[in-house]
Amino acid sequence: MASVVRFLTRRRGGSGWHWTDMAAYAYLGLGVLLMFGPVAWLVLSSFKTQAALLEFPPTFLPLSQVEVTVEGYDEPLPLFSVTDEDGTVRELAQIRRVGIIAQMVDPADPETRIEVPIAQREPVREFALATENYTKPLEQFDFLRYLRNSVIVTTVATAITLIINSMAAYGLSIYEFKGRTVALGFVISTLMIPITVILVPTYLVVTELGMVNSLWGVILPGAATPTGVFLLRQYMLTIPRELIEAARMDKASEWQIYWRIVMPLSLPALAVLAIFSVMWRWNEFLWPLVVLARSEVYTLQVGLNAFQGELQVQWHFVLAMTVVTLLPVVVVFAFLQRFITTGIANTGMK
Amino acid sequence: MKLFGKVAVSALALGLVAGTASAQTTLRMTWYSDGNEGEVLRDLLDRFEEANPDIDVIVDNVAYQAGIIEGLPVQLAAGEGPDMARVTDLGGLAQYYLDMTPYLQDPIYWEDNFGPFLPWLRAPGDELAINGFMTQLSVTGPFVNKTLFEQAGVDLPGEGATWDDWAAAANEVASALEVPIPLAMDRSGHRFSGPAISMGAQYFDADGNPAVIDDGFRAMAERIVQWHQDGTMPLELWGSVSGSTYVGANEDFANAQVVMYMTGSWQISQFSDTIGDAFDWWAVPNPCGPGGCTGMPGGAALVALADTEHPEEVTRVMEYLASEEVLAEFYGRTLFVPGHLGLSRTGVEFDTDNPLAQHALETFSIGVATFSPVSFQLQGYPFNRVMFNAIISRLGQAIVGEMSLDEAYQRIEQDIEQQIAERTR
Amino acid sequence: MVDQTLDTPATLKSRAAEWAALPVRGVMRLLDWPMRLAQRIVGLGGMPYVFLLPNLIFFGTFVITPLIINFAFSLTGGPELFIEDRPFVGGEQYGFLFDCENALNVSTCREDRFWRGIYNTGTFVFFQVSLMILFSLITALVLNMKIRARGFFRSVFFFPVLLSPVVVALIWKWILLRDGLLNAFLTSIGLEKILFFVDPTWAMFWAVFVSIWAHMGFYTLIILAGLQAIPQDLYEAAQMDGTPRMRVFWRITLPLLWPNLLVVLVLSLIKGVQTFDEVYVLTGGGPGTATQFIVQYIYNTGFSNQVQNFGLAAAASMVLGTVLLVLTVIQLVVARRKGGI
Repeated sequence: MASVVRFLTRRRGGSGWHWTDMAAYAYLGLGVLLMFGPVAWLVLSSFKTQAALLEFPPTFLPLSQVEVTVEGYDEPLPLFSVTDEDGTVRELAQIRRVGIIAQMVDPADPETRIEVPIAQREPVREFALATENYTKPLEQFDFLRYLRNSVIVTTVATAITLIINSMAAYGLSIYEFKGRTVALGFVISTLMIPITVILVPTYLVVTELGMVNSLWGVILPGAATPTGVFLLRQYMLTIPRELIEAARMDKASEWQIYWRIVMPLSLPALAVLAIFSVMWRWNEFLWPLVVLARSEVYTLQVGLNAFQGELQVQWHFVLAMTVVTLLPVVVVFAFLQRFITTGIANTGMK
Repeated sequence: MKLFGKVAVSALALGLVAGTASAQTTLRMTWYSDGNEGEVLRDLLDRFEEANPDIDVIVDNVAYQAGIIEGLPVQLAAGEGPDMARVTDLGGLAQYYLDMTPYLQDPIYWEDNFGPFLPWLRAPGDELAINGFMTQLSVTGPFVNKTLFEQAGVDLPGEGATWDDWAAAANEVASALEVPIPLAMDRSGHRFSGPAISMGAQYFDADGNPAVIDDGFRAMAERIVQWHQDGTMPLELWGSVSGSTYVGANEDFANAQVVMYMTGSWQISQFSDTIGDAFDWWAVPNPCGPGGCTGMPGGAALVALADTEHPEEVTRVMEYLASEEVLAEFYGRTLFVPGHLGLSRTGVEFDTDNPLAQHALETFSIGVATFSPVSFQLQGYPFNRVMFNAIISRLGQAIVGEMSLDEAYQRIEQDIEQQIAERTR
Repeated sequence: MVDQTLDTPATLKSRAAEWAALPVRGVMRLLDWPMRLAQRIVGLGGMPYVFLLPNLIFFGTFVITPLIINFAFSLTGGPELFIEDRPFVGGEQYGFLFDCENALNVSTCREDRFWRGIYNTGTFVFFQVSLMILFSLITALVLNMKIRARGFFRSVFFFPVLLSPVVVALIWKWILLRDGLLNAFLTSIGLEKILFFVDPTWAMFWAVFVSIWAHMGFYTLIILAGLQAIPQDLYEAAQMDGTPRMRVFWRITLPLLWPNLLVVLVLSLIKGVQTFDEVYVLTGGGPGTATQFIVQYIYNTGFSNQVQNFGLAAAASMVLGTVLLVLTVIQLVVARRKGGI
């Protein structure tokens, strides 16, 4: 512990390599492996066939068995590499398997049948992407419609969230007024209630408002996020009061102060909230699933999760569709990566 | 132009099917899929829509757990449900079903062919309603990896073999070949109940009230706990999750890591895809005990829902889907055990050339005829889910050592009593 | 030391303005007139309430109303969904939850799963929050060093924050299964396979690990922001005085970082208690009930069991709400005393 602290607090800008640099890079290297590795594994796995997914030990790359056309057989036959008792290795095609004996044939000599115990053969395989994991579900489902719904939900909800939350944060940070502590406590205490535990009552409210099977039923309930108010307020507290006083002297209305002065100054915090809102909305699953029971209003997460059956999970589709829903997130992140991370760092809540 | 076309077609339809409908009706069906049944259904419905241009059926595909188990009951209770749905809690949702009898052209056909299954869908006290049909009759029973038996030189236990015989044989194979899992059973109260009834469990007293814990039940429960302790059964299934969560061993079985797997007929289609011909996955009859050699019947039903505004049209769709020819194609292409007596008698031409799948379908179809009456009584009991949930979640706790078996028995009875009281309050 | 990857406020602002401000500006203009009118009516003193109003309407409709309905649910029984159809049972549901001979020994409780849920959540939150803060702090300190490609590394650690909990759990489950990647690795170096989800300690370990993996990036950035705000000359002065580095850390870095750490503590504590979907998908709450948390208990009881019991679930969630409220109040008091929030 002591050495960790030492290298972590040492003066920056020192020259030359120090062992702490090595340690730091080792830590970061491990981080890269740990953070990216699992996702890379998911992507690789999503290109495997259903049978290949179940194999142990798993192969690193998606592979599929080589098939050869043998004279005298209508269907292409699977190719195996067979090790004889004396150690010689041959490549044979399998005609059929009876119990623990495989009937095989040498593609070069299609006349002779060879019987081989199944323990002596290994499939010959080559690299092949099982793209049908992607194409099949995407053909079967109205992908573009789900995408459109998801985009609508995400953008509209984020816009509403940004406006009403920043207004509330403005009200709670700029003014001293009666009930401010009460309102703040109110906001923070709702921060603690996860929607999962009040799912059924919330559904009742949405039913009464006639918003079942409408995108509004997904957009509105989560719009007032306590986390958003909390984040924005913490940031707005750092804005110098003199700016606001000066604007009031100039006869600016409160609304103008809010959106011409405070909003632009809070951009980093707003950006962070926007990013989070986009992520929450894009990834939301349980609530949309309950509210949206009709396929024309399905969002991506709901539509693409239809592959989980009662008794069997079609893993090859689940993994592929997970990658599909992941893609937009990755693209957004790749483009805005610098902006996102510095944005959050800049919200530095003090 | 498009609109005009549609109008013209419906007008034409009007002329043909005089007076049945005045405009196009849109019906909603909530559906989930374990395999290819969603695609097959869509095919069949497309044909129906072609022949009946006044009806448009939209299928809403959902995930099973979240859509059917969690979402649907709340939607139905709030009056926001679809017109038809594929459900598995057959009796539990009975209050929401539509009785199609007044609209059916030929109720006798339904009585004749779906007779034994119709009561599963009826609300308590109702003896007449026709609410839907079984999209799939599921039959529980074991598969074994016959290739492993052959490699180990162990014979398959013959007719009349008990669970103990099978467990011993599976252990012998596993130790000879170093296979990690001798015996696997789906983590489900429904799956457990077949073997328990074979051991003599009655589940109900003479008046038909729940009386789950008896000597037969204890005999099987003790074996299950014992098998988990001695490594016959893997902890990953029964011991790895909480509550009534379902876990299967499909992956391990397909990977030849399991000698014997107690599951059911719905696996056939998936095993054909994932295992194919890699080894002999062999359906065997349910092992025996003092109570018989029984599994559990079960399955999923397509039901018409009472909240619909178009009961006549819904009935027409249901009649079409339940007709012998259409249903034969549906079962044939999905490799489901038919829930239609006529088709069970004449046999369905299954769309597979895999002899293993053919054999399994045959074994399950024959097996269901020999099931104990208790298994049918249990399947038809409207609160059977309460029982299954209580059994699996408490036995699961006993297996990992959170409580003793005696405590588990006591809690199973308490849970069932409390939850039924809550449901009927 | 100018940080190359850190955007200056000006470029940040202009880039943000490009995509964020455009649609917003129109709406703001539209609202200008009614808000001026409002100010004329209520005056300056009334304006905070006007600003709070939209948010309060949303809170009232979608949080407070459901909470009130939830409370009503907790006093009723039966399977019906609409309150008016549900028979009143008074405190029976609460009585059922608290029917214990000895609350410290869960097996004497009638509804042992509820109590197990509470204790499991406590254990999880304790380890998750403390390790989360520890690793976020270490990572932030490393990222604050003079290293190459800092922007890249920063995004590496942040990246998982963007994934949905379900995806996170699926990814890790896929790795940790009996035939998963990790066991393949263990067997390849000659070790035995480990069945992670069968052992209560391993299951809890991975629940904590995965949730730290998924959320650490966010907290790291908050701490990093605090570190970057510490004036460099403080360190230089300490260096010149020859202050030991340990002392520098305890005397300068940590105290100045305190407000950020407090934010991390508050947020991670709240999120920790609410943890549900990622662990639910990962371990299913098992083995036995070892990782079944309180939110999962409520979710199972009221929703996902095929036998939905709205009343009992509502009662349990009221208990959870009360506990959380007390926690928040304690936090706010502590925070105020320490001069944080």
